[in-house]
Order: sequence, then structure tokens, then C-alpha cells
Amino acid sequence: MVMKFTPHSSPHTAGNNDTGKLMRLVVLCTIPGILVQTYFFGWGTLIQLVLAISVALGVEASILKLRQRPISFYLKDNSALLTAVLLGIALPPHLPWWATVIGVTSAIMLGKQLYGGLGFNPFNPAMVGYVVLLIAFPVEMTTWVPVQSISEHQLSFLGSLNMIFTEQVGELTTQSLKQLSISQFDGITAATPLDTVKNDLGNMHSLQESLSSPIFQALAGDLWYVGKGWFWVNLAYLAGGIYLIMRKAITWHIPLSLLATLLIISNMFSLFSEDSYATPIFHLFSGATMLGAFFIATDPVSACTTNKGRIYYGIGIGILLYCIRSWGGYPDAIAFAVLLMNMAAPTIDHYTRPRTYGHRIPTVTKE
Amino acid sequence: MKAKSAHHLWQFAGGIHPPENKSISTQQPIQDLPMPDKLVLPLRQHIGAPAQPVVTVGDTVLKGQKIAEGQGFISCPVHAPTSGVVTSISDHAIPHASGMEDTCVVIEPDGQDRWIDKQENPDFVTLKKTELNAIIREAGISGMGGAGFPTAVKTAPRDNIDTLIINAAECEPYITADDVLMRERADEIIEGIEIVARLISPRRILVGIEDNKAQAITAMEKAAAGTSVDIVVIPTKYPSGGEKQLIYILTGKEVPSGAIPASIGVVVQNVGTCAAIYRAVRYGEPLISRVTTLTGLAPKHPGNFNVLIGTPVSHLLKTGLQAPVAKLVMGGPMMGFELASDDIPVIKTTNCILAPSKEELGEAIPEQQCIRCGECAKACPANLLPQQLYWHSAAKELDKAESYNLFDCIECGACAYVCPSHIPLVQYYRFAKTEIKVQKADKEKAERAKIRYEQRNARLEEAKRQKEEQRRLRAEKAAKAKAAKAAAAKEAAASGEAQSADAPKKTSQDDDARKAVIEQALARAKAKKAAKQAKSSNDGSATPSATDKAE
Repeated sequence: MVMKFTPHSSPHTAGNNDTGKLMRLVVLCTIPGILVQTYFFGWGTLIQLVLAISVALGVEASILKLRQRPISFYLKDNSALLTAVLLGIALPPHLPWWATVIGVTSAIMLGKQLYGGLGFNPFNPAMVGYVVLLIAFPVEMTTWVPVQSISEHQLSFLGSLNMIFTEQVGELTTQSLKQLSISQFDGITAATPLDTVKNDLGNMHSLQESLSSPIFQALAGDLWYVGKGWFWVNLAYLAGGIYLIMRKAITWHIPLSLLATLLIISNMFSLFSEDSYATPIFHLFSGATMLGAFFIATDPVSACTTNKGRIYYGIGIGILLYCIRSWGGYPDAIAFAVLLMNMAAPTIDHYTRPRTYGHRIPTVTKE
Repeated sequence: MKAKSAHHLWQFAGGIHPPENKSISTQQPIQDLPMPDKLVLPLRQHIGAPAQPVVTVGDTVLKGQKIAEGQGFISCPVHAPTSGVVTSISDHAIPHASGMEDTCVVIEPDGQDRWIDKQENPDFVTLKKTELNAIIREAGISGMGGAGFPTAVKTAPRDNIDTLIINAAECEPYITADDVLMRERADEIIEGIEIVARLISPRRILVGIEDNKAQAITAMEKAAAGTSVDIVVIPTKYPSGGEKQLIYILTGKEVPSGAIPASIGVVVQNVGTCAAIYRAVRYGEPLISRVTTLTGLAPKHPGNFNVLIGTPVSHLLKTGLQAPVAKLVMGGPMMGFELASDDIPVIKTTNCILAPSKEELGEAIPEQQCIRCGECAKACPANLLPQQLYWHSAAKELDKAESYNLFDCIECGACAYVCPSHIPLVQYYRFAKTEIKVQKADKEKAERAKIRYEQRNARLEEAKRQKEEQRRLRAEKAAKAKAAKAAAAKEAAASGEAQSADAPKKTSQDDDARKAVIEQALARAKAKKAAKQAKSSNDGSATPSATDKAE
């Protein structure tokens, strides 16, 4: 009796790498950062995350259905989950629910599925969602909460829930957020340290004067004047990021070149004029620096693919990040810097091809 | 480990560490198999022109008798692996990735295993180089590591070789044929290496063995003691046994794209080939059997076997199964190809038959989208950008795929192995390479057709011009004749009147006639020449048009 088979192409074996598992690992590595963020800024972050994940999965599934693609097969790649998590983390903890829905829907639908789904999106989907919100709802998007321990009003879980879904604040139920008096408003919302420094420097205050504002003062004697909470949040994302590198989920090229560039430029300006530019430590450990460097800029689909290209890509983001933070119209700039470099990624890839075995120089295609 | 492994090593880019699974087949020494019912011998088991049968159906052949003759420089003869009767010479499924059929000589063994008169050479060291190489050619030896390039071409005597590299890396998972051969027949291998070395006079001889073969290393070092053969232990990393990679590891030199190793003064031979060379030179035994690994979790008795060339895979599986065979792979799991059935013979290049169970190497995982993670680029030993090659191959942007050096891909499969989206990358590259080759062939064919068309047009033009010319000449001739006649008549009429002017007139008339004759002769010669030219261009185009029909 003759045995018959249907031959397939080699190789006939595969390693253990899996896109779904890779995305899941990245999601898991954000957990330390999320916990620290929740510790300092209250339940809002977690509520945003749950909301964002639910909306993301819902939108992803609906569009897959419209595109007549197998739904569970594609949901299992965990890319929608990761986009939702990254966006959820970046949103202000008490952003109204509808804004989150709009942001997440834009991220999944405009940022990814309209281009053909995972692998075809030229831009980082989470940052597309973030920028849509930032441009459409600048006030909501720049209203952050103060660190809970120095806040006049510590929001309970229900309080946060109420604030996100009804835009009313716990005990002050009769007034919406927008109607709060300035003093009350300040009690539950606050500018981020990046914002404060930017505004103060813009208003001809010196860095020292700016750093004497409450959000820094509360930290009296604290580490390096980067704003209470933010330092630890960034440290937690740094830890998660280093773990990602150790697990080989990402390479060191983008984060390192990004952070090194930021360090060098901020150091240069800081030395040049101590009073008008924030310190390197402030830049490295404020806002979304570490989240951006390890989790957002490293999105493989929209970043450069060659190692050399990744270094240029990271440098580009670092430069843009510093420029927009220092002289642009927005306090933080991870989203814009990443999106701008997304546009440059194919060109960078084109000029940073490695030298193939047996070739004397890297071949550059003439278009 | 030893002083000899202190040889400086270079590290090639990329590479992977798949599970080795080699111990499955190294538990037993090399074993013999019972005689199979039939032996199927493809006429093309090597790269190059197929051999031509020199036996006919019904012939009785002896073991080691040549049954097919190599054709041309790059070709290999085929010999009968045992004594028996030729039962057919016809198409049979051969080991090929496409599952194609090709002409095979089928021999039914008579069970007596009678040798032909062998030409033994106890003192082969006294043989001339050309004699040695002739023995290698006549023994039908082709590269036994996988590609099957006729060995005699690579061992042709010369003096411009710097390094002879013996490939004993055996980097593919599962395969242990070279490993056990080195353990058991290290002396034969070293003798074979020295024969090759005599032929091509290299400055140094390096044997590259991966460090996961401790026993083989020990045996080879022992056998090589006191010779000029250097045993170099290299780190285990797939695909260190790729010819280009091994050359780089041992010499730090890269084979230029599109060139052969000899262009940088390197010749690479497989250990198995060296052993076969020794058997052929010393004992006069042509290449009629080889060591093949039978492995995987399906066979009950995995191990290495002395297999007669032409033995059907089904005969190997008769040693017993302990689980259903999920697939049959000839070669290793990374670069081997799956067989469409078990009725396919072991040939000169068959180093392994992998028969995995379903749990071991089952169905392929469904393909997801490329996320451009770059894992493939990290794994690629040729420093290519596999994700770009895939992108352009999948989109059929063949020129772009080619511009990303598609043809430098050695199809080792490292990229597909690490791909988190389980994309069968190598399949895309093979597809693109085939498409490009087909397109190039089509283009050449069209080019040839165009040239033929232009030649034909030119021919027709020429014929037309000639006809025109002949017509003109005829008309001229007629006009002249008419004029001459008229003149003659006039002359006759006026002969009486102008007697005194007769003589000079006659001369001029003679001149005219002579001129016409010369002109006619010239025209004839011209026409002949043109006809000849037309004919020769006709002949020139006859060959391509004939091949055209054949295509």
C-alpha cells in the first residue's frame, strides 16, 4: 500500500513566536506602569482602560464583520487590545466617556482597519486616536488630575465613574465639571508638570519659579523636580520596557536612541540657559516619555524595520519630542513626534538597507 | 576544547537555534537493510545533464556495473547498486519538491549481490591527478550534502585554491548521517580528503564541525592526527552548514553574489562525499549506497542505515512504525522537501528521511498578517530584509523583490521559522524566483522571435530588391539589343554611303558589346552573392525556429 501526502513548502517546523502572544506580552508589560499610575492618579485610569478595551474589541469585531473576515481569528492577534491599552493609558483619567469612545473608534477604524487591518497601517493607531482627541477636544484632553495624595478631593471609584460618565463630581453632583469655580476645579483637576513648566516658561517665569508651584512643591525634597507621581510612573514603564527588551519583544534601538537624543538635546539647552529650559531628568521622567519610548514608538508596523533605520527613527522622535515640548503648542508631544516619524519610516528604511552577504555595498533601489 | 579549535572563527549574521532532535537517530551504529524488491534509479540525481542509459530492459546487471553514462562535462554516470535484472526504463516519481516524474532505470535484485570486477588501487598515491579525477568521475560521485553537484568538476586538478573546506557542520535538526559517518568511518573520510587535497593543492584544509557532535569531533581529530587536515569546531547555529555561511565562519570571506566559492579560492566538499571518493579510488566502488538517517517519532527503529541508491522510502519504513506518519520529508525539517508518497527512491543526495508523527510536526499554523517586526531580518543569514522580499513577492512586484536581492536568498527557512505571523515566507520567495525566471525566459524568447522577424523582413526586402535589379537589367539588355539592332539596320542601309567611316564605327560597336557582357557577368556575380547571403541568414535562423517548435 502506498502512502500519499500533500507536500508543503519548507520549512516544516516553526518556532514559538506568535503575533498574538507578542502583543499580549506588550500589554502585560504595561501593568506595572498602570498600577503606579492608578496609585497616584486614582481609579480613572482603570475605568478608561476597561472602556477603551471594550470599545476597541467591539469596533474591531464589527469592522471585521463588514470586511467579511473571520472575527475571532483576527481578534486573537491582540492588536486591538494593545491599541486600546496604550490609548487608555495616555488619556486623562477623567476624560468624559464619549471622548474615549471617539478616540478608540478613530484609532481602530481610521487608524488601522481602513488601511486593511493589522500590518497595513502606516500610522500608529493609538496615536491616531490620541491626536484626533487632542485636536478636537483640547480642553478635555489637557485636563489631568492632581496626584491624589495632594488633591483636595480624593475621588473614590464611584466618584471617578460618575465623573467619566456624567461629567459630575462625586459630592458636587449638582454642578458639572465645567461649572466648577476655579478653586474647586483646581481641587480635582490639574495641569501636568510638563504643562505647568511650559506655561510658566512661556510667561517669562524662570524654571525655578515654575518648580515652586504646588504640584512640584508637594514633593519638597523629592527626586529631581519632575513632579510627584510622574517620576514613578515613568520608572514603572521603564521597567516594563526593559523587560520587553530582555524578552526580545522589542529591540533596544528605538528606545535607546530616542532617550539618548532627548537627554543630549535637553542637556545642551539646559546648560545653555538654566532658567529657560527644563532639565534632562525632567524631560526623561515627565509625561509619556518612557511609555512613548518603549511601548508606543516601538510599534513594529508603523516604525522602521532595519536596525540602523530604527536608530534614526528614534533620534527623529527624540528631536521632535524636544522641539514640540519646548517650542510647540502642546505640552507633551509623543503622539505628534511618533506620527511624524511614521511618515518618514518608509524613506528611512529605504536608505538604511543592510549589506547583503556577498555584496560590497548596500543596494539602494532606484524608484 | 582542543588546541585545534583555537582557529579564529567569524560569526555570520542571523541564524537560529531550533530544537536539534538529533539524539533520536544516534542511539544505534549504522545498520544494513534487507534487500528491497526493486531499486529505482533516476537518471538525474545530480545537477547537470541527465545520464543516458547504456542497458536495455531485460539486461542482467552486476553490482557496480554502469547502467547510465554521464552526458557532457557537468553530469554523472549511474551504477547498479546490486546484481539483478533491468525491468523497466520509464518515468517514475523522483525525489523533487514538485513531485515530478522522470526517467528511471528499475532493477529487480536477484539476491546474489554479485560484484562486477572492481579496479582496486592499494597504492593509489602513485596515481596521476588526471587518473584520480577520472576515477571520481566514473564512480558517479556527486555532492552528498544536498545539492548534488558532480564532484569531479570541483576536484578537477588545479593550483589556484587557497582553502579546501570540508562541510561536516550538519546543522539541520534531526539529520545525523554525517555525524555517525564521522564517528565510524573517520579514517576513510580523512583519506578521501587527502585525495581531494592532492587534486586541487589547497594551502590549507579545514573541516568545520558543529560543537554538538562531540564523538564525531574526537574521532575525526584522532584520524586527522599527523595530517595537514585541521578539524575546526564551530558553534552550533543553523544554518552554519550552508556553504556560504561555513566559508564565512572559517575564513571570514564572502562568496560574491552570483559567483562560486572557487572565485575566492575556496572549494567545499561534504564529508560523505569524501568517504565516497576514498571508496571509489581505493576499492573501485562506484557510488551505489550511502548513509541515510531515518528519523522522527513515527519510525519504531530510527537510526542511520546503509541504503542502496534507489531503495524506495517505503522499504525504509518497513523497519516498523510506532505512530502514523504525518508527512514524509526528504532532508531536514528546515530545507528538506515533502514527498507526495512513499514510493520514491533514496538517491545520492538523500541524507535523511524524516517521518514525524502528527504531534511532532503537524499541520501548519494559519498565516496572519506581517507586522513588520523584523524578526526575520534578525534571523536571515544572508543579511536580507525578508519582510520586504515578502511584501514585494506577495504583491508580485517582482522587479522590487529582485532589487532587494531575492536571488541571494538561500531558502534556509530561518525567517519563516521565527515569523510570529507564521507566514510561509520561503514559499513566497520560491514563487517570486520562479516567476522572474519564467518572465526572463519569455523575454528572451520574445527577443529571439523579434530578431528572427527582422531577419526575415530583411531577407524579403533583399529578394525583392534583387528581383527589381534583375528586371532592370533585363530591360536594359533588351533596350540595348533593340538599339543595336536598329543601329545595325541603319548601318546596313547606310553601308554603301559611308564606307570610309566603317572601321572606327565597328570598333565602337565591339566596345559596346564587350561592355554589356562584362556588365552582365558582374550582375550575375552580384546576384549569386546576394543569394548566398540570403541562404546563410536563412540557415542561421533555422536552428532557433526549430527549437521554437520544440518548445
